[in-house]
Amino acid sequence: MSDLILPAILLSSLLPGLIIFTLPEQQVTLRTALNLAGALFKLMLVALLFVRVAERQYAELRLPLLPDIELVLRADALSLLFLTLSALLWLLTTIYAIGYLEGSPNRSRFFGFFSLCVSATTGIALSGDLVTFVIFYEMLTISTYPLVVHRGTPKALAAGRIYLAYTICGGLVLFFATVWLRSIAGPLDFSPGGVVADLDPALYGSLAIIFALLMLSLGVKAALVPLHIWLPSAMVAPAPVSALLHAVAVVKAGAFGIIRVVHDIYGLDFSAAQNLLFPLALLAAFTIIYGSIRALSQNDLKRRLAFSTVSQVSYILLGVAMATPLGTIGGLVHLVHQGLMKITLFFCAGNLAETLGIHKVDEMDGVGRRMPWTMAAFTVGALGMIGLPPLAGFISKWYLGLGSLAAGQPWIILVLIASTLLNAAYFLPVVHRIWFIEPRQDWPSSSLRGGRETTWALLAPPLMTALLVILLGILAGSVGSALYWVELIAAREYGL
Amino acid sequence: MTTPLLYAGGGILLFSIGLHALLIRRHLLRKILAINIMGSGVFMVFIAIGARGTDAVGDPVTQVMVLTGIVVSLCFTAVAIALTIRMHNLTNCTTFATDEESSLD
Amino acid sequence: MTELFLHQQWLIWLTLLPLGAAVAAFLAPQQARWIGLATALLLPVCALAGILSVTLTHADPITAGGWPTPLGIELRRDGLALVMLAVTALVGFIISCYALGYFPVHDRHYDKVRYFWPLWLFLWGSCNALFVSGDLFNLYVTLELVTLSSVALIALEGGKQALAAALRYLFIGLLGSLSYLLGVGLLYGSYATVDIALLGEMISATRLNHAAMALMVAGLVLKSALFPLHFWLPQAHTMAPAPVSAALSALVVKAAYVILLRLWFEVFPALDTFAVGHLLGLLGSIAIVWGSLMALRQERLKLLIAYSTVAQIGYLYLVFPLAQPETMAAAWTGGVLLMMTHACGKSAMFMVAGTIHHTAGSDRLSRLAGAGGPVGVLAVVFTLAATTIIGLPPSGGFFAKWIFINAALVTGQWWYLPIILSGTLLAAAYIARVLGWAFLDVKRSSYPVIPWVMKWPPLVLSVIALLFGLIAYEPIQIALIGAPVHGSIMVEMTP
Repeated sequence: MSDLILPAILLSSLLPGLIIFTLPEQQVTLRTALNLAGALFKLMLVALLFVRVAERQYAELRLPLLPDIELVLRADALSLLFLTLSALLWLLTTIYAIGYLEGSPNRSRFFGFFSLCVSATTGIALSGDLVTFVIFYEMLTISTYPLVVHRGTPKALAAGRIYLAYTICGGLVLFFATVWLRSIAGPLDFSPGGVVADLDPALYGSLAIIFALLMLSLGVKAALVPLHIWLPSAMVAPAPVSALLHAVAVVKAGAFGIIRVVHDIYGLDFSAAQNLLFPLALLAAFTIIYGSIRALSQNDLKRRLAFSTVSQVSYILLGVAMATPLGTIGGLVHLVHQGLMKITLFFCAGNLAETLGIHKVDEMDGVGRRMPWTMAAFTVGALGMIGLPPLAGFISKWYLGLGSLAAGQPWIILVLIASTLLNAAYFLPVVHRIWFIEPRQDWPSSSLRGGRETTWALLAPPLMTALLVILLGILAGSVGSALYWVELIAAREYGL
Repeated sequence: MTTPLLYAGGGILLFSIGLHALLIRRHLLRKILAINIMGSGVFMVFIAIGARGTDAVGDPVTQVMVLTGIVVSLCFTAVAIALTIRMHNLTNCTTFATDEESSLD
Repeated sequence: MTELFLHQQWLIWLTLLPLGAAVAAFLAPQQARWIGLATALLLPVCALAGILSVTLTHADPITAGGWPTPLGIELRRDGLALVMLAVTALVGFIISCYALGYFPVHDRHYDKVRYFWPLWLFLWGSCNALFVSGDLFNLYVTLELVTLSSVALIALEGGKQALAAALRYLFIGLLGSLSYLLGVGLLYGSYATVDIALLGEMISATRLNHAAMALMVAGLVLKSALFPLHFWLPQAHTMAPAPVSAALSALVVKAAYVILLRLWFEVFPALDTFAVGHLLGLLGSIAIVWGSLMALRQERLKLLIAYSTVAQIGYLYLVFPLAQPETMAAAWTGGVLLMMTHACGKSAMFMVAGTIHHTAGSDRLSRLAGAGGPVGVLAVVFTLAATTIIGLPPSGGFFAKWIFINAALVTGQWWYLPIILSGTLLAAAYIARVLGWAFLDVKRSSYPVIPWVMKWPPLVLSVIALLFGLIAYEPIQIALIGAPVHGSIMVEMTP
């Protein structure tokens, strides 16, 4: 019976979402209450599950869909990593979105699809086999589209079309690859060591093609170059959506899927033995460099952050592709760290746009004086991205470097160094502008009581995430940190 | 050539003539007639099949089927004529208009 | 008490009740709405009770009127009949609710209201009768009843285009059923029976039987609008009032297809069906691509949905070439699953189109602008229903496509893969076009007031269509009761 906690976690965001759809636009209080209650309840359930999984009690629930296909929900250590991240950030983003969208139209629709989007992400985290994963992965595509086009402007709709074109094509390839794999390998439960190792060697050719198809299709959401085009154009969405898209929902779903396929479907040993991972590592390395270079020349703040995401998400893939314990730790921990840092940056960018109407980097001169707290959070996020010790980003890069040495692929170190330099090159000038350049004109003074720079709903979330970025860096070695948890996953994965 | 086979062949022939007319003729009444001729052809085939046995009265089942078929065809003819009359009243036209696509709203 | 309940002849009531109600609604037009609503409430109960009585008890076969078999008519109570009855009951109930709002009491077109209910109940009863018919001649009669009521319903709008569409549909319907009837005659001539089960045991591969098969298949293909015989469908489905369009695409097209499915898997296996199967597969493939391309070009929502039906019928015809010996059960199940889920999704879409037509005065796509805003429930319904048309999870369409792709891979018929995949992409494209309009933000001076029966019932249907993949296990188990196919649904390839 206790396994009912899994559907309960799913429903904790799905049900409020469905109810919100039916609410009239003016029911602000009820809507806010439903949102927050769902998010808090989910966080509580996740905490309960966390304790259980730490004690190696895995929860699992199977529901027959077709005579030979099941919906499998399972919570293992890796799902908990992603689940905790999404539950925590959903709560913060909901608070932020309530503040951000205050007084704007179509909020019932927005929060309804927002909850569906989070439900889909939760489902992805809890998927126990590839079929279930595909189901939720596609659900995510659909529920995100209305969020991307939320503003309803022709520009937003054009971005929505690009987004749909890429993700639907990717989803179709994923679907086809999954059906193909299912038809030669049988049930596709996620299990350590994979499910394909025992197959007839005559099938290895097909398996390699399917692996390539899976990587390509998941690479669309993970924004692997050249499949990343949709991500910068989707920046037209409201700030909370961008934040969620980049930190947990869409981009991470792709990365998480790649981790699952490599670890739990093909298995590290098999994929390494078949040389499947080296092309992935190369593509990830290329994406890291390419994204950073493109970010350099972006004047629009959100676009700069978007290209930064393109680059940073591939760190995760690079870590996975190394197939060493240290590399895996580096990649997985970056899944959490990048999420926290990037969501901080997007919250801050949203605050700038919402409060002062700033969208461009060259308008940010001296903005640190007008919005010191927001900009402090931004600085923490940016420095974390660069990988400055002792912030969270440093931990990821450190382990990635160690992993590349252990894997005997020192060229990856060069990629990491180059990328760090590029990160510095596109973030430090912004930080410099914020704090050390005189503002061109006086900012409009705050209309809020006590001269607060912006409302609490907009200020608290980025401060919280920035604090987490610092804490996860400083306290990386202690129990309960992301690093600690990831080391646990890697130990279980590699049987150490 | 036995008599039933002759009737069956005649039935198929009627069916073909009716089909030809249904496709070629434009006047709606002619189309309705053509459909009726097709139906008669099919019924003739059924009667011929029922009469093949040595039994003098023939197979009652085919006769029942034909009776049912005639009732169905009667209903259809009635509806078709009613629709044709309505159409003639509305458009003064007894064929399918060719420019239907142009004024859809 | 339970015994009494389970041994009622529910399946007969499913036919008698709507037919009787149709007569009552015709005689008492003032009460037609309430008669219709009461029937619509009772029929799902009957259908559920019928399913329970078949699955829980192994009662004796039911014969209409209690006459023994050669004289009386034995009802089919296999899984296919049961699931189709259930889908008809569900879709019919929703359509009836929707029609209460679509044909308001004080309509200036009083005739429409007056004749809709008797005809619709008549159609419903005929469909139910068709699904439980077990012999070829009864199938002919019930199919004709379905066509007859559909013709009258299409003509309900009364305009010259509606009349022309209805007449054209009538000719097509008659042509198809006469061709089918001639085939039945030929089979009867050889075997002196029209019972599907008996024929399946006796039939052998003679030239005459192949001619009969060709005639019957041609007639049914014409009635279920497979490319290139689909030309009548877009007009007929577009000209009808929205509840009728919903019923036509959800039930009427499926009726002919169900007959073909029964024939193919129960009567024809002894014949040489190789060429016919591949021909149907080829036409189905063309229908998928052609229908989707045409849907992509339409400026009017109802036409778009109608062409989408043409494409979806194409998928249904892939069943025949894909049903090779090892994938027989898979292909059959895929077809049945697609029929069920398409019925829910497509009728919900037609109802949305009807609501937009009703409130905006036209169903041009540009009138959808802003539909995602304050009247957003329309956009939500449409999106949810469209998931099954595109084949996105967790809809039933997703799993149907899964089964088809799997069957194509296992049987080595790889040329169907690009067809299925490109059909999915094209469907996503034409749906995205609609959504693009719906989410466009425009300021309107006034927002239409939509009666709640036109909002929530379609939403229910679209949610069912969306979640059908998650709840498909039981329906498929029921459908497989007494199914003519055996084997695994998810076939695995052997190297």
